[in-house]
Amino acid sequence: MKRELAALASLLCLGAAKPVLVPDVSERQVQIVYSFTGADLLLFGAILYPQGRAPDRPPDIAVVLKGPTESILLREKQKVAGMWVNADSARFRSAPSFYAIASSRPLAQLVDARTAAIYELGLDGLQLSPTSNALPEQQQRFEQGLIDLKRRAGLYVEDAHGVEITDGVLYRAHINVPARVPVGRYVAETFLIQDGKVVAGAVRAVRIDKSGFERFVSHAAHRWPVSYGLVAVALSLAIGWAAGQFFRRG
Amino acid sequence: MHIYLPIAGLSVNMLVIVLLGGGVGILSGMFGVGGGFLTTPLLIFYGIPPAVAVASSATQITGASVSGVLAQMRRGGVDFRMGGVMVAGGVIGSGLGALLFRLLQKLGQIDTVIALTYVVLLGGIGTLMARESLGTILAQRRGGKPARKQRRHNRLIAMLPFRWRFYRSGLYISPLAPFLLGTMTGALTVVLGVGGGFVMVPAMVYLLGMAAGVVVGTSLFQILFVTAATTMIHATTTQAVDIVLAILLLIGSAIGAQIGSRFAMKLKPEYLRLLLALLVLAVALRMAAGLTWQPGELYSVEAG
Repeated sequence: MKRELAALASLLCLGAAKPVLVPDVSERQVQIVYSFTGADLLLFGAILYPQGRAPDRPPDIAVVLKGPTESILLREKQKVAGMWVNADSARFRSAPSFYAIASSRPLAQLVDARTAAIYELGLDGLQLSPTSNALPEQQQRFEQGLIDLKRRAGLYVEDAHGVEITDGVLYRAHINVPARVPVGRYVAETFLIQDGKVVAGAVRAVRIDKSGFERFVSHAAHRWPVSYGLVAVALSLAIGWAAGQFFRRG
Repeated sequence: MHIYLPIAGLSVNMLVIVLLGGGVGILSGMFGVGGGFLTTPLLIFYGIPPAVAVASSATQITGASVSGVLAQMRRGGVDFRMGGVMVAGGVIGSGLGALLFRLLQKLGQIDTVIALTYVVLLGGIGTLMARESLGTILAQRRGGKPARKQRRHNRLIAMLPFRWRFYRSGLYISPLAPFLLGTMTGALTVVLGVGGGFVMVPAMVYLLGMAAGVVVGTSLFQILFVTAATTMIHATTTQAVDIVLAILLLIGSAIGAQIGSRFAMKLKPEYLRLLLALLVLAVALRMAAGLTWQPGELYSVEAG
């Protein structure tokens, strides 16, 4: 009992001796309205050191913004009889719909592959949970294909020098959220990295949602499909008719 | 000026979409076709998801054909009996098309089938039209009358049972023939996002042998109802109808059609047909190239 208490106490002391992160995000709620062309999120915060002393060697920071994960089917085109058609496919259980990471130095210099995989740091560290029983090299090809595709769509981003640290205490990073992002609950994670280890981490939630008219339209399309269809037809008829009348007179 | 499309889930340049609708509108005003066969591929090239492009373009065609139908009705250019049979076929066809659409989506082959069907249909019809119009133009240059061998009745169609009288079309044929024609174009509307006029008009003239005065009006009448039914089917199954996209396209095409119909009066019809044929062939070639060249993206993602 005594020994356990002592262990707990030392653990607490150790915890207290570690730096703490106080993160924040410029917008906790991103509203998608008609003029939405993407958002520029500022992820910033402070590093609180025990006894307020910054270490001699400045630590590194990695900031991650992750969208809701989704289960997806990835199809690969192959040339069949002179045409490029979908042939092979692979399923991933937990592909993040959006993933952006910014760090103060290239990730390869910060952590090893194992740590990267544990904390999902970097595109190569993503845990996509493939479910097919394909060969490893095939798996690899599909994962690379998915990452490539998402990267070109601006949905997977790696910025090796995106975090700016001021006086070893304040950090800030810009993450650009493109217009194509899916809506949902995003998490902004901040990691403090020292000597290849993650010494502190903190999480903030960010909601990205359609709002106003955009929200109403997509809500209506899914909730009341019949009425939505009727309204679409009626609107189309009305505009077509009105245009015809206008030009007939003119 | 960018605007966010709520169903497509992306932001597009409003002007580009309106101009796209306008450009297609000019062509449809010039040639008297709906232009869906241009809108859908162009939207897909622009980056709109194929399902949204197909569904919203059907909605736009409904609006684009209203004033045409009304004008044709005023001058008695619609055979309602024939049109009704075709609409009935078309509605059933669009239902079948929806089943086919879903099956192909599940197999992951919808994009290939859309592209292949475009290549075959547009390639075939474009070639036929080009030959016909070139023949007419050459015959006129030589000063002779264009050679015309047209059979009044197609033998296969004459074999079908239960004949009806279609007074305005000047026909006494089985309703099964226009019904099947309607079914086929209805399926095309759902799968390809086209009105189907470019298939229906030649079929009505050459296969059914309908009186020339009611062909365009009746085909527009059918397109109006079938695209409306298609919008309903897409709204309830794929939920891919983007109202904002359809309205933007419609605004463009309503204005474009007026400009186009003024152009059309300045050109001889056979030259117009040749131009349309070349345009149709160009789209077919572009589609064929897309199928055979290595695509920029080998991978595609879908929910599942």
